[in-house]
Amino acid sequence: MTRDFLHAVASLAVLCTVVPGVIALNVVSSTADQTAATDVQQPAHERSVALFLDAARVIESPRCMNCHPATRSPTQGEAMRLHTPPIDAGSEGHGPLGLNCNTCHGSENVSTIGIDIASIPGHPHWMLAPASMSWQGKTPGEICRQIKDLTRNGGRTLEQIHEHMAKDSLVGWAWNPGDGREPAPGSQEAFGILVGEWIATGAACPEG
Amino acid sequence: MLYNLQVNGAVHQADVDGGTPVLWVLRDILGLTGTKFGCGIAMCGACTVHVDGEARRSCVTPIDFVGGAEIRTIETLGEGKVGSALQQAWRELDVVQCGYCQPGQLMSAAALLAANVQPTDADIDAVMSGNICRCGTYGRIRAGIKRAAQILASAGEVAK
Repeated sequence: MTRDFLHAVASLAVLCTVVPGVIALNVVSSTADQTAATDVQQPAHERSVALFLDAARVIESPRCMNCHPATRSPTQGEAMRLHTPPIDAGSEGHGPLGLNCNTCHGSENVSTIGIDIASIPGHPHWMLAPASMSWQGKTPGEICRQIKDLTRNGGRTLEQIHEHMAKDSLVGWAWNPGDGREPAPGSQEAFGILVGEWIATGAACPEG
Repeated sequence: MLYNLQVNGAVHQADVDGGTPVLWVLRDILGLTGTKFGCGIAMCGACTVHVDGEARRSCVTPIDFVGGAEIRTIETLGEGKVGSALQQAWRELDVVQCGYCQPGQLMSAAALLAANVQPTDADIDAVMSGNICRCGTYGRIRAGIKRAAQILASAGEVAK
C-alpha cells in the first residue's frame, strides 16, 4: 500500500489529532487543515494505531455491530438487544429457509406507524456478516487483526478493505439508518479517509 | 399513481401512493381481507403474503417495491399443493383457535415447506418464530406443518 493510494482515495483530508478521546471524524478540505493533519509529529506506528481507534468509533457503533454479532443471530437498537423476532443467519447469512431477511427488510428503509420502531431498515444486500467477521465482544485490537486477516475477512486485501469501508453502500447505510436510529459517527467519506490513512501508515493494530 | 398488480394470478389496478403498504392495497382497494393487520412493524407476521413465492410482511412492504412481482394471498393459497396439504393438516389437527393470526401462520408455513420439504422441529421454530399467536397454538401449528409435510411426501409431491 503506498502513499499514492492514500492520496488517490483521499480528496479531502482528515484532521486527526491522534490524541485519545479527541473526536477526529471531522473532514476538512482546506490546505491549511491538510498541513495540520500531516504535521502531526508522531511515530508512524502510534499514528496508525490512533487512526484505527478513531475508525473503530464507527466500527463499534450499533449500526455496524448489530449485524456483526457474537452469535449467528443479529441484535438491534442502540442497546444491541437480541433481534425480534428471533432470527438465525441460516447457512448464507440471509436467514433460515422460508424466512429470509427480505421477509421484513426491503431494498430501502421503510417508515412505519410505530413509535418505538419508527422504521424498518432496508438495503438491497441486507444480510448478516459471516461468522468469521463477528465483532461484538471483541476489543478494537482484536477487530483490527480480524479485519486484516485474509482467512477471516473474506479474502480481502487492504485495498479491498478500504474500498468496502469507503464505498460499499451497505456500509453506507450506517449513516442513513432510517427514522428512529442514530447514525454512525461522522460520514462514510470521513470513515473511508480514516481507513485509508490507517492503511497508508502501516495498518497497525492496537494492543489487546 | 396507477399500479398494475399481479395478485393471485390476475391483474388488478390500484391508484395509490407508492408508499402505501401492500397490506392496505390488498384489504382496502382489492377487498382481499384475508390478510390481517397485526402490528404494522413486521413483528407479528399476521400480514404475511407471498411475493414471488417468498414470505413477505405486507404491512412494511410499500406497493412501489413490488413492481411486477406475483403476490399471493391466503385467499388462493389452497389452490396449490402445499396450501392444500396445509389446509388438510390444519383441519385434521384442529389447529385454529381464534383464527386471527392463522392467515399469516399458513402463508409462513407454506413458504417454509416450499423451501424445506421435511422441516425439523428446529427448522419450523426458526421460521415460525416470526408469527405470533395470541391463543398460543404454537404446538398445534408445528404439528400441522409436520403433518402437511407427511401429506406431501405420501403424495410424492415436491412442495412447490
